[in-house]
Amino acid sequence: MFLAFLIKYAEIGVKGKNRELFEEALVKQIRYALKRCEGEFSIRRTRGRIYIDVLSDYDYEETVENLRTVCGISAICPMIQMQDEGFDKLLDAVTDYVDGQYPDKHFTFKVHTRRARKNYPIESMEINALVGERLLEAFPEMRVDVHRPEVTLYIEIRERIYVYSIEIPGPGGMPVGTNGKAMLLLSGGIDSPVAGYMVAKRGVKIDAVYFHAPPYTSERAKQKVVDLARLVARYSGPVYLHVINFTDIQLAIYEKCPHEELTIIMRRYMMRIAEEIAKKTECLGLVTGESIGQVASQTMHSLAVTNEVCALPVFRPCIGLDKQEIVEISEKIGTYETSILPYEDCCTIFVAKHPVTKPNLNVIKRHEENLKDCIEALIQKALETDELIIAEV
Amino acid sequence: MECYLDNSATTKSFDSVAKLVTQIMCEDYGNPSSMHNKGMQAEEYLRNAKEIIAKNLKVSPKEIFFTSGGTESDNLALRGAAYANCRRGRHLITTAIEHPAILQTMQYLEEQGFEVTYLPVDENGRIRLEDLQRAIRRDTILVSIMHTNNEIGSLQPIAEAGELIKRMNADTLFHVDAVQGYGKFRIHPRRMHIDMLSVSAHKIHGPKGTGFLYVGEKVKIRPIVFGGGQQRGLRSGTENVPGIAGMAKAVEEVYQNLDADIERMYALRQTFAEGVQKLERVQVNGLPGRESAPHVVSVSFAGVRSEVLLHALEEKGIYVSAGSACSSNHPDTAGSATLRAIGLKKELLSSTVRFSFSVFTTEEEIQYTLQALYEIVPTLRRFARH
Repeated sequence: MFLAFLIKYAEIGVKGKNRELFEEALVKQIRYALKRCEGEFSIRRTRGRIYIDVLSDYDYEETVENLRTVCGISAICPMIQMQDEGFDKLLDAVTDYVDGQYPDKHFTFKVHTRRARKNYPIESMEINALVGERLLEAFPEMRVDVHRPEVTLYIEIRERIYVYSIEIPGPGGMPVGTNGKAMLLLSGGIDSPVAGYMVAKRGVKIDAVYFHAPPYTSERAKQKVVDLARLVARYSGPVYLHVINFTDIQLAIYEKCPHEELTIIMRRYMMRIAEEIAKKTECLGLVTGESIGQVASQTMHSLAVTNEVCALPVFRPCIGLDKQEIVEISEKIGTYETSILPYEDCCTIFVAKHPVTKPNLNVIKRHEENLKDCIEALIQKALETDELIIAEV
Repeated sequence: MECYLDNSATTKSFDSVAKLVTQIMCEDYGNPSSMHNKGMQAEEYLRNAKEIIAKNLKVSPKEIFFTSGGTESDNLALRGAAYANCRRGRHLITTAIEHPAILQTMQYLEEQGFEVTYLPVDENGRIRLEDLQRAIRRDTILVSIMHTNNEIGSLQPIAEAGELIKRMNADTLFHVDAVQGYGKFRIHPRRMHIDMLSVSAHKIHGPKGTGFLYVGEKVKIRPIVFGGGQQRGLRSGTENVPGIAGMAKAVEEVYQNLDADIERMYALRQTFAEGVQKLERVQVNGLPGRESAPHVVSVSFAGVRSEVLLHALEEKGIYVSAGSACSSNHPDTAGSATLRAIGLKKELLSSTVRFSFSVFTTEEEIQYTLQALYEIVPTLRRFARH
């Protein structure tokens, strides 16, 4: 039924002379999403709008689902399209459309016509009135409300005529690739994939680093992280995932530093290694799933101590969210089910019963001195274990 | 070196089995219900398989029903017999250490209004015949006892139990889950008063997705899947001809030199059990020697998490099973029902690893594994979680 889609984008409309770049990036991401869909499509850009024409048989649900992963899209409007065969035919088509689309006619509506083809014999305002009249005649339960209608019926008159009334929300934000690249610390939990998605939504390309600790963590735990990276990649495009073997560093900390500080010291070294890789891969910042106070290592004190090792900015998009809010986003983007698979990750294996919640930077640094004979070599060794996995849909 | 010591999970196919399965899939692929020659040829494989298995059990070929494996055989035996006999009574008996295919089915039957008695086991994982005797009632329609336990290799007194059951209540049916015991022991249902026997092919070097249920001629049983009426209506569905023929081949092979093979497995088990106990704070669960199965060794390593040990062994190419994965963060629920039922100390529940052998296991593999354990276990204990 729907043979075209109008793609609406909110934010990139206001980007002045960069708009061209943003639109190109958006079209590129739409192409990437449509590649996963059955059918042939063509994408047109005309005066601040993007249209997708359907050229063959296609799967409506699949197409919408994939378009909903394209950052930068604020709404997807499925449209019916027809040849101009006179105004009476148009009235019939609109009536049929409304009848098919809205089985229950108890709603308020208005008609909004755009007459891009100015040689069309009837003016926009008049079309609005005539179509409205015809609909009220056909469906007496419908009511007109021009100020706050429940349904706005759009009619666009161009070479062909388009009718639509449904807006399916997209993720919003900006197209990936318009805002540089960041390195995501991906753990396998609920928060970090959400953090990756939120940054990707702002147009940032995502690389990721995962620390595994065999034999304390399993291949299945690693596979789970690869799966999560793939899910994030639906929004962000291909994710270059770096897998780093962290076992030796973890054991060294375990042997030489106070047990309550293990997690915080471990996280400092993770940040350091992530930053090293980020610099090598031209990432402009780090991204973590931290949220203030969620666990001992994410108190304000702990975050300050962790943050101290990095020169690059560390972005924490979940910082002000409650766990439930993060869970809701993860459910929305489809990572929750994978995140809760019960494999141990390297943050939990040696965790102390009572880890410090208010670490003091000077104390932590003093205890890190215990590692000074071995840690640089261990970090180098860990960096050498870097296994690159390209996670894509 | 690759060292597969997880044969209670599944086994490597015999080459002859793989060859036969391939041949049937590629050449003799007919549907045994088809009326033409191609169908008759397939039917011939089924008939032949039934004969081989029946001969091995010393029963009639008519009493062999092919299934998709151990789980389906157990389900068919329990649900099929419970419903067919529910007018005589609604009481069932099983043990606390059965496979989930039995325990979950029993739970389902409880929800359906049946009453189930779960027999406890001693510290070596064996039921006491007195408990069984006390549990049998006039309305007991079925007793289900596993032959060999999958986690610790304990053996149940099947023949004695069979005799006891029939003496107490001649109408009570006796089902035996022999998924771990078949292929290691000679099991003769008639002599042991077994009415139904579940077997899975992939535990004896046959293909996965295939098994059988022996159902004694006089047993009243109802189907649990319905369809085209194959296998005299008890198990509808086109027979898995390649799987079934492969299973029969595996039965032939595994029983060909059984005594010598089992002798060798017991020797390996002995070597391994003695070797592993050279480590400190290690215990081998269950009874030693001939009183346990030849192929299963359950070892508890105090102060070592089984999952971590499993992955450390994996790094050296050694594949084993851990009693309890995943739930290890919750000490109260950790560990399997079997390990808890034998009264294993709480702190050992998530420190227990199962090593299981097959005819392919060599002395060299055992020595290699012992050396690996001598190296890994002390290291892991050094980094034990406080």
